[in-house]
Amino acid sequence: MKPINQVKMEFDSKSANEAFARSAAACFAAQMDPTLEELGDIKTAVSEAVTNVIVHAYPHSIGRVQVKLRLFPDNTLEVSVKDWGTGIADLEKAREPLYTTGGAERSGMGFTIMESFMDSMKVRTAVGKGTTVTMRKKVSLRAGGR
Amino acid sequence: MPLTCQSQKRILTARLSGEIDHHAARQLMQDLDLAIESRTPKALVLDLGGVTFMDSSGIAVLLRSWRRMQETGGTMEVVSVPPQPGKVLRAANLHKIIPISFLEPVG
Repeated sequence: MKPINQVKMEFDSKSANEAFARSAAACFAAQMDPTLEELGDIKTAVSEAVTNVIVHAYPHSIGRVQVKLRLFPDNTLEVSVKDWGTGIADLEKAREPLYTTGGAERSGMGFTIMESFMDSMKVRTAVGKGTTVTMRKKVSLRAGGR
Repeated sequence: MPLTCQSQKRILTARLSGEIDHHAARQLMQDLDLAIESRTPKALVLDLGGVTFMDSSGIAVLLRSWRRMQETGGTMEVVSVPPQPGKVLRAANLHKIIPISFLEPVG
């Protein structure tokens, strides 16, 4: 399926950009006429993915974060968040609820929230090369249409 | 991430507003730590009524304050949680550890 609309953005892995990324994703998703809850789910998932990059992919440096948003004809939004950072050594462990290598400041719930707030989540990672998280969510078509 | 605190009879009410993400969490944790240390409340009430967005960073913030209160033998509850932060807290099952009252979604 070909996307009917798409954006690609790239920014520094600075924590101030977390709000930028989720707000931009919400603005793009708005054309799908999502409910407030669906919009909140998308913002939360994007915030988690971008925060993971900032905290884990580039722990001691500022690197590049790429966010791609694609909209498909069946009203599915695809979000992919890519970095060229450390990669995840033990992906299975990283996806477990409450597991974190981020210390007391992190809850270890990022992947769990991404998975439960979106319809699907796929992670591709290679140590020393980077990680790409791809999530999809189908936004309900509301009665009355558009 | 503005925080306003008010205490009466050793009950400290802290009102959080704005967006709680990783960027805001560190300062918020420090502010809450300071409020708890300086006022030594027996009960802490965290009012999330003004929170417009929260991700899992907020879970760490709440757990940290809860631990602080446990250490001093105090209690903590979270009140007026709007729908979006509520969904994040429910996903983490935090309401099974900390007493939380949720606001119902509007409409």
